[in-house]
Amino acid sequence: MTARRSDNNSDSSALGYNYRRHLSERFIEAVLFLTAFVSVAITLAIVVMLVTESLSFFKHVSLWEFLTDTQWTPLFDNAHYGILPLVSGTVVSSAVALLVAIPMGTITAIYLSEFAPFTVREMAKPFLELLGGVPTVVYGYFALLFVTPLLQKIFPELPGFSLLSAGLVMGIMIIPYVSSMAEDAMRAVPMHLREGSYAMGATRFQTAVRVVMPGAFSGIAAAYILGISRAVGETMVVAIAAGMQPNLTWNPMEPAATITAYIVQVSLGDLPHGSIGYQTIFAAGLTLLLITLVFNIIGHLLRKRFREVY
Amino acid sequence: MSDSDAQNLREIRAIIARHKLGDLIFLVTGLLVLMIAVLTFIALFSHMLIDGLPRLSWDFFTSFPSRRPESAGILSAWVGTTLVMIVTAAAAVPLGVGAGIYLEEYAPKNILTEIIEINVTNLAGVPSIIYGLLALSLFVHQLGFGQSILSAGLALALLILPIVIVATREAIRAIPVTIREGAYALGATKWQTVSDHLLPYSAAGILTGIIIGLARAIGETAPIITIGALTFIAFLPPSPFKEEFPYISFEWLMAPFTVMPIQMFNWVSRPEEAFQMNAAAAGLVLVIMTLTMNALAIYLRYRMRKNLKW
Repeated sequence: MTARRSDNNSDSSALGYNYRRHLSERFIEAVLFLTAFVSVAITLAIVVMLVTESLSFFKHVSLWEFLTDTQWTPLFDNAHYGILPLVSGTVVSSAVALLVAIPMGTITAIYLSEFAPFTVREMAKPFLELLGGVPTVVYGYFALLFVTPLLQKIFPELPGFSLLSAGLVMGIMIIPYVSSMAEDAMRAVPMHLREGSYAMGATRFQTAVRVVMPGAFSGIAAAYILGISRAVGETMVVAIAAGMQPNLTWNPMEPAATITAYIVQVSLGDLPHGSIGYQTIFAAGLTLLLITLVFNIIGHLLRKRFREVY
Repeated sequence: MSDSDAQNLREIRAIIARHKLGDLIFLVTGLLVLMIAVLTFIALFSHMLIDGLPRLSWDFFTSFPSRRPESAGILSAWVGTTLVMIVTAAAAVPLGVGAGIYLEEYAPKNILTEIIEINVTNLAGVPSIIYGLLALSLFVHQLGFGQSILSAGLALALLILPIVIVATREAIRAIPVTIREGAYALGATKWQTVSDHLLPYSAAGILTGIIIGLARAIGETAPIITIGALTFIAFLPPSPFKEEFPYISFEWLMAPFTVMPIQMFNWVSRPEEAFQMNAAAAGLVLVIMTLTMNALAIYLRYRMRKNLKW
């Protein structure tokens, strides 16, 4: 009888223990879920914030004017609110950057994945990662005080600020992003495809270009898209080396402002909260987010495809 | 052997030679492109070294910025960077690691989880300046944190959150299922399994991600400029330690501040050459800081891969 009672006791205390254990488990799970949910909350906050601030901007300025006016002078007395000059600056600097980053990134990726001996690859990959770790403000310094004077020796008429030198440096900066992702995609191509190609008498280069690259096409394309989205969103290099004058131009030899550089320029001044000038940076930010969002979605779809093939 | 056979053989040999030459040309091109990356880095580093090294002295670290370039220093900048990084780490590490654990160990396969996952990937592609706009609207104005260390630290924490989440997930995923099965078989709860086994075993991998994230945050300029950080700060935030009870004060969280990249940006944008030497010196310190952290992370990962054989 006594033994049985003590059994009962331990049973009930074990039950209580289990119950507490279960409760604390549920609690921990809820907390962990909340931390994971923060990322969704951030996205929602970004969208809500950009849209509400932009809406009050578009109460003053019509969407038509925003999209078609060829001047961007929101802080002048004679204010114009045309986003085109900022978009042209962004497009030109990104185009210059991509003309550097895509060929060089692709060649680096092919070399590292198909040609380089093991030791070279093991040394080059961390080095490229380090290159990607240099702060962007340092690249800006480099563009303004090293690359621009160098370019001025070749093109004497090049001004002190130009989209060209900002774009060139930005291109070198994004090579690591492009090359490491493209290389990952190329190394995911199964070995037997290469072996088949070699067996037919193809050289390494032919195999790389005609077998491996088509096989890794969606992954390589995703790497390019990532590079584009980096170039469009990059801020400090253009803010330092491209000048901050909104200028509707397609000529990389001229100074101009990008969307990001404009936001920096306005933030450096002391704009009162709620003024139209304050709202312009959110309208510019929304434009930037929409542009990068399109590229990110394309990149996401391409990456998904490249994972599913094998 | 007939003449035509010999002719064929010669042709085949010529083709082989041509193809081998093609391979060689690409090999050289690949190495050259890699060399361009290396040379760029060397040019960047040596240019800063030549300009900045003469300015690097004890005084440079212990002086406030000044209107006279020769007596200006980075005291408020590196103190500000340190304090901002403390806030960033305190916010990003629990959130990121928690979210990583949830997504990897707890998350059921449903739409909500998938939304969170897509979100994390998308957040990684959002330009950093957008986080600055979010912080300006949400932290500075809506929540009333002002242009403070707290706002800056939180902005950078949101920015590096995806990096920490992804690193945590990868580190946990690398642990074989048998470890989990063993723990569950002995009656451990889910949280006991996670906290006693999965977290300790994946600590090195998670740490790598945290270091890379913080190295990125140290170099970020754009989001901090956007929240309106001042570029000229000639005082230090209030000390976190006090003489009397409770010995710790959090006043510094609300203090105005500047950080290393902003100090450098400020000096780069000045026309006087003497200030640009200061910019070079500040850049040198910044690059050494971020590169050391990146190198540490790369080393940790390398050692981990070598030692861990589950």
